[in-house]
Amino acid sequence: MALLEVKNLKKNFGTTEVLKGISFSLNEGEVLTIIGNSGSGKTTLLRCLNSLERADSGEIIVDGKVLFDGGTVAKKQESADEKLRFGMVFQNFNLFPHLNILRNITLASEIKAKKTLKIGYNIINGEKLGIKAARKKKKELKRNLFGAIETRAYELLDRVGLKDKAKAYPCQLSGGQQQRVAIARALALDPEILCFDEPTSALDPELTGEVLKVIKGLKGCDTTMIVVTHEMNFARNASDKIIFMSDGVIEEEGTPEEVFGNPKSEKTKAFIKQQE
Amino acid sequence: MNFGQILAQLAEGFGLTILLFIITLALAIPLGLVVSFCSMSAFKPLKYLTKGFIWVIRGTPLMLQIIVVSFVPSIVFNLPNKSIAGFFGTSMANVNFLFCVIAFVINYAAYFAEIFRGGIESISVGQYEASAVLGLNKRQTYRYVILPQVVKRTVAPVGNEVITLVKDTSLARVIGVVEIIKSAQNIVNLTVNIMPLFYAGAFYLIFNGVLTIILGRIEKKLDYYKI
Repeated sequence: MALLEVKNLKKNFGTTEVLKGISFSLNEGEVLTIIGNSGSGKTTLLRCLNSLERADSGEIIVDGKVLFDGGTVAKKQESADEKLRFGMVFQNFNLFPHLNILRNITLASEIKAKKTLKIGYNIINGEKLGIKAARKKKKELKRNLFGAIETRAYELLDRVGLKDKAKAYPCQLSGGQQQRVAIARALALDPEILCFDEPTSALDPELTGEVLKVIKGLKGCDTTMIVVTHEMNFARNASDKIIFMSDGVIEEEGTPEEVFGNPKSEKTKAFIKQQE
Repeated sequence: MNFGQILAQLAEGFGLTILLFIITLALAIPLGLVVSFCSMSAFKPLKYLTKGFIWVIRGTPLMLQIIVVSFVPSIVFNLPNKSIAGFFGTSMANVNFLFCVIAFVINYAAYFAEIFRGGIESISVGQYEASAVLGLNKRQTYRYVILPQVVKRTVAPVGNEVITLVKDTSLARVIGVVEIIKSAQNIVNLTVNIMPLFYAGAFYLIFNGVLTIILGRIEKKLDYYKI
């Protein structure tokens, strides 16, 4: 069964139809690249998946669980503090400027861990140890929990090649480095599907390479990804599946060979020609 | 009166001024934050009520507000100030000081609320979205992401208000609180020596000088990142 299934997703902004019924599915470990002209609804689609926008109708199903069905189920899921389904990397990075790189990556995990910590503390309290022994045990628990989060953050930083920048602040990094941190931050919560919204569009051409390299590296780690991009070379070489969107509909979908090598739709042909 | 005696007399006013300053600051900043959230509330009646409140408070002189607050118990609740003093077993001076504190806190909360609103609204949407996709709820987003950045952005305008507050404390005298200028004037009337007023002026200068240095330190401390 597919990891992600999107069925007939629709979204209007006022009277403008941005998504006119999008359906596709994605298997675990696959990389889907969404291409298309500006205004074709690519970003809106990603934002609907991440519940940054609420679609008007349709269904979003991840791993057999209905995350959105246009009605009440979605509301429940949004509020449920369970495993994160989608991760998101933004065009403008959106790092937290007041936190250093390490804290940018650990913040969300630490906030989550606080809940676990509370449960742990309650259990320790229930054990009726002496005050000193209980305090020691609590300290240990906290150190273990937060230590593991930090270790994981360093691993991720290593993966994006920025281990030495852990204590730096976002403003001290280049755009490419910031985006790599943003990727590490998104990975820290182990999302089932990682979305990239034009991750290299805000970068100088010489910096896009390092970010794309990191994204390609993730492919080797079996991360399921959806990438919205204008980088045709990336789409051609790194994706398992390509969707070409135009005017809020999926105009064409298939493997890179099919879409680039033998496009069926006239619109796709025109788009690819224009990109070259 | 020699210099030492004058200073001893001034000390009383000096104490009240500082006390009024500290209490106002300690209460008006948290209250201002609450008011700023109310003024941005999605619940329209609350939002417009708060905006109206801010309009009235910023649109009328603080001196008038102090006088009005001091009249509220006796006129609205038919409780003469004397009976309040009697009820709490305290002096009229203390009751008047309490009125001043209330008026100052309300007034400054309105100004701080506008500063905080500006600060909060200046944080980019991206910060909220990044927090949302990381699974932070609204409260966590404000606590860990938004407000720390607001502090940095508002430290300069808040500092402005703080320094204005030091000088506004002199308005407390309208309902008989003997703050430093009033106590200086009392000495002047007694001794026909104008120097105490200069000492009071020096007090303001030194106090604001110290505050300026402290505010500068805070700004420098927050300088470790750029937004």
